Amino acid sequence: MKSIAQIEEEIVEDFSLFDTWDEKYEYIIDMGKKLKPLEDEHKKDENKIKGCQSTVWMVSELKDGKVYYRAESDAVIVKGLVSMLIRVLSGHEPKEIINAKLDFIDKIGMKQHLAQTRSNGLLSMVKQMKLDATVYLAKMASPNPSEGGA
Amino acid sequence: MSATTLHIAFDVDQVRRHFPILNREVKGKPLVYFDNAATTQKPVEVIDALTSYYQYFNANIHRGIHSLAEEATAAYEATRDTVQQFINARQREEIIFTRGVTESINLVAYTWARTNLKAGDEILISGMEHHSNIVPWQLIGEMTGAKLKVIPVDDNGELMMDEFHNLLNEKVKLVSVVHASNSLGTINPVKEIIDAAHKVGAIVMLDGAQSTVHLDIDVQELDCDFFAISSHKVYGPTGIGVLYGKRALLEAMPPFMGGGEMIKDVSFEKTTWNELPYKFEAGTPNIADTVALKAAIDFVQRIGKKQIRLHEEELLQYATEELQNIDGIRLIGTAKQKVSVASFVVEGVHPQDLGILLDNQGVAVRTGHHCTQPLMNRFGIPGTTRASFAMYNTKDEIDVMIAGLQKAIKLLR
Repeated sequence: MKSIAQIEEEIVEDFSLFDTWDEKYEYIIDMGKKLKPLEDEHKKDENKIKGCQSTVWMVSELKDGKVYYRAESDAVIVKGLVSMLIRVLSGHEPKEIINAKLDFIDKIGMKQHLAQTRSNGLLSMVKQMKLDATVYLAKMASPNPSEGGA
Repeated sequence: MSATTLHIAFDVDQVRRHFPILNREVKGKPLVYFDNAATTQKPVEVIDALTSYYQYFNANIHRGIHSLAEEATAAYEATRDTVQQFINARQREEIIFTRGVTESINLVAYTWARTNLKAGDEILISGMEHHSNIVPWQLIGEMTGAKLKVIPVDDNGELMMDEFHNLLNEKVKLVSVVHASNSLGTINPVKEIIDAAHKVGAIVMLDGAQSTVHLDIDVQELDCDFFAISSHKVYGPTGIGVLYGKRALLEAMPPFMGGGEMIKDVSFEKTTWNELPYKFEAGTPNIADTVALKAAIDFVQRIGKKQIRLHEEELLQYATEELQNIDGIRLIGTAKQKVSVASFVVEGVHPQDLGILLDNQGVAVRTGHHCTQPLMNRFGIPGTTRASFAMYNTKDEIDVMIAGLQKAIKLLR
């Protein structure tokens, strides 16, 4: 099992192969298109992470002490970025997720998508992913841990 | 010689030389700036006015007895005269400096509307308003019991004037509409609205955020009661705007904010208000940006509003034709009378994705709901991609955008 930091490093290496912005976006769009769609039943308001322009829906669950995320967006580039976040964070222990630096986003030149421009839900999504992990961590620490969706 | 007599032949290359920012690159490509309805770029004249204010005569205005204060006051008040002439107001006292259109509308809402409206009264706005011409009236409606009514918009993005006339009755005390739509470009028939509203005794406020830069504004001819202007959309600095109001209305209105500047005498028992326009300019105003606004208006008048408009109309027509050749595109806003705004959606493509990929080509457009969510709902869309043109844009830049769009659509579909 690779650590979050190792997967981040992998993505940074993947992107180092690209010479142009066009190639980077082509890759991200491709990942966005390949992201498994979220079932309609999950696309409800409580799973919505709303940006000013695009929307992200996200669900998570705790299984055997690890957090699994699934998500979708109505915009393809956001969906590609979301797919990378899932690749990095999904399947790890809450503590590791909470402490993840996620600086691969900056290293691959996509930091602008985390900027506070209200333009998309990506920044809110990262916060929500960590928040879910925090909730699971608290549940695991409590005397009667109940597993399930946050 | 006055600024308006200095018209030169319109030469876009010449014009572009006044805007230093147009020399920069974005993502390694020459900047194509098509987000002018959000804010225009600044000519070097405006930038120089800002720096020279801070370098040579920065002082607090009106009260100081020293030379710097006198010079700063003169420059600040000179902008008032320029604005008065720019929109043909009767008197300089009718020009109030605010932070922008939003504050201008709020000023009227919290002073005129709050004191003059009561339960049962109606405020009429339109279905293409910016949130800043919706929310203040909702707030005042909650305070006074006045009801908000909305003039509907048709499929072309024009106001349904029959409905407007139906909605108009003696319960309507205020009509507040956008002069030109930021999302669609539609130029509204404001003269017809004003005349009809006055017949039932209603006053009219115009949101001139988009229109001031494109159209000739004559508040006397329009006979509007209030007119709101944003400096940064007229090639001027951010953080400064104008509220024009008819003197009699302004005189009767209570102050908006209390503080320095706006008072005549203060005692703990009673304070009397300063005269117009100072009654509405509490505290140290935004002196530097106000001073530089004059440079912006002088610049626009020197190039010539009519020449700028002809150039922008040509750009809009060219862009509209070229956009229509793109497969799956739908123009949002096809009114007969438009300012240079081209808004569109592309089937199967999210506007945000288009915006990101165009930025990647150095093209700055706006995507999203443009702070007009009710209007987007009217068209059944979450948002549009909007290209808006200014005096310094060219057909070559439109070609760059079209090529960028075609490339982006191919990638995204």
